[in-house]
Amino acid sequence: MSLSAHIVIQRGALPVDVTFEVQPGEVLAVLGPNGAGKSTVLRVLAGLARPHFGQVRLDGTTLDDPAAGIRLPPHRRPIGMVFQDHLLFPHLSTVDNVAFGLRARGASRESARAVAAGWVARMNLSDHSSSKPRSLSGGQAQRIALARALAGDPRLLLLDEPLSALDARTKLDVRADLRHHLADYAGATVLVTHDPVDAMALADQLVVVERGRVVQVGTPVAVSRRPRTDYVARLVGLSLLAGMAQGRSVVLDSGATVQVAEASSGPVFVAIRPAAVGLYRSRPDGSPRNVWPATVAGVTPYGETLRVDLDGQVPLTADVTPEAAAELDLVLGTGVWVSVKASEVAAYPA
Amino acid sequence: MARRHKAQVDGATGVPAALLIPAALAVVFLVLPLIALLVRAPWSTLGSLLSTPEVRDALRLSIVSASLATLISLVLGVPLAWVLARSQIRGRGVLRALVTVPLVLPPVVGGVALLLAFGRTGVLGAPLYDATGVSFPFTTTAVVLAQTFVAMPFLVISVEGALRAADRRYEDAAATLGAGRAMTFRRVTLPLVAPGVAAGAVLCWARALGEFGATITFAGNFPGTTRTMTLQVYLALETDPDAAIALSLVLLAVSILTLGLLRDRWLVRQ
Repeated sequence: MSLSAHIVIQRGALPVDVTFEVQPGEVLAVLGPNGAGKSTVLRVLAGLARPHFGQVRLDGTTLDDPAAGIRLPPHRRPIGMVFQDHLLFPHLSTVDNVAFGLRARGASRESARAVAAGWVARMNLSDHSSSKPRSLSGGQAQRIALARALAGDPRLLLLDEPLSALDARTKLDVRADLRHHLADYAGATVLVTHDPVDAMALADQLVVVERGRVVQVGTPVAVSRRPRTDYVARLVGLSLLAGMAQGRSVVLDSGATVQVAEASSGPVFVAIRPAAVGLYRSRPDGSPRNVWPATVAGVTPYGETLRVDLDGQVPLTADVTPEAAAELDLVLGTGVWVSVKASEVAAYPA
Repeated sequence: MARRHKAQVDGATGVPAALLIPAALAVVFLVLPLIALLVRAPWSTLGSLLSTPEVRDALRLSIVSASLATLISLVLGVPLAWVLARSQIRGRGVLRALVTVPLVLPPVVGGVALLLAFGRTGVLGAPLYDATGVSFPFTTTAVVLAQTFVAMPFLVISVEGALRAADRRYEDAAATLGAGRAMTFRRVTLPLVAPGVAAGAVLCWARALGEFGATITFAGNFPGTTRTMTLQVYLALETDPDAAIALSLVLLAVSILTLGLLRDRWLVRQ
């Protein structure tokens, strides 16, 4: 039960061209900013949009192959899909919404109702079996939407921003539920999201898509440790620099040199955690090997600390306490000295 | 809150006299005839006026034919509305224009057109008569055809609007759940646009009930078979004005009832 997809589709002015594979029981998250073409990819997998080129295969069955003239219509695909705003049918009760897919795939009314009632019970919403969707809360509706998608025993589960319409508190609960149900699910799952937390919490593999292209692939841990684009670096809260390594020195494109922990050679990315960056009013005199002048380009609250964006030959982000910020008089345009210990700097091949 | 706010604005600015006078005249012009109808109504003899066999025949014919016309409009008009709202066929704009012609066409012209199409010597009527001996004009069938001709566009336009306003992503969701197009239409699309279909059907029925021009031209004026309420009113005005007024009252009541049924959709709109 594996999915392999190579999807090429023109979406407005944006050409989308992505390739990925998902193994049975595995959750693949397609992560990217809004407008990156993520949802288009999901619509192709569902059969709701036609790719111009490429191939989508599920368990050896071809779902899409425009060159061979193959396109399985959505209702013939063994899929389940959860939409951002649940899209439960407003005129059907909760249990009838869940039974809809079973009925559509030929189950009798009684057996569809029985299976659907079981799913509603698994979602702990049996009390709401006969309610209409409008009387459900956002979290409840999204749980029912998940039950509706899973009730038909699909071989491919598609989740389109399933948590982004929920408020912060509900999101936590539904995310935990979703994680639980995904662990029990034997088929392949493709999750589309712009929220790195959802992707990290739910996915086994990440595909990062920007402007219609795959820019990074890997496990959530690998991607968050070694981002390869500014977008990913910002998502995981790292500063990303590009340069050429020679031994333990990396010469950045701007000409500045960064001392790193491990020796390498050739083009590399350098990632620095904001918490590892120290700020000083005057040039520090100490053990840190990396010391550069910089200018404050922005200060924004970030949890308990302040996140300071720095301009200069080495553009970085630093996290400082409010007290330190007051002491250093960190306002827009303030000149500061930046230091980072070489042992805190990770370099990896570009 | 909202009402007080509105009143303040009105109180502060008022309505300019240049608008107030024509607006008031318009109201008087629109309402006065209805008041006249109520004032002149023969309230004491209303019961007996409305219980004559002619009136009961006309009333029954009107209700049966308008209901049949609405049924035909639903069966044919809802699919047509779907084609206009959803299909990709060429010349949809032209098709929509053609379908709405009966809305603006003088009903008498519609009646003449129906005669030329379905009359005994008509484009379709002649071969039909030769083959089967069936002829439509001056039968109850003709009444239904005339009413359907003028009333179906109301239903089509109403349902088409509802289909355009409906969220098509529900249909996507149905497709991902394994529902083919027929099942999606029956179990998802149709229930979603049900209010639009109901409003269209009420409008269609009211228009069919009030049909006069096309009916008298195409179906004639035969008591019991083609003499509907509106025809009866016109006829009674010559011979028995009180009966005409009584019949008009019935039709006025039906109109007000129709408005009541549509209230949620039309009158509440701000």
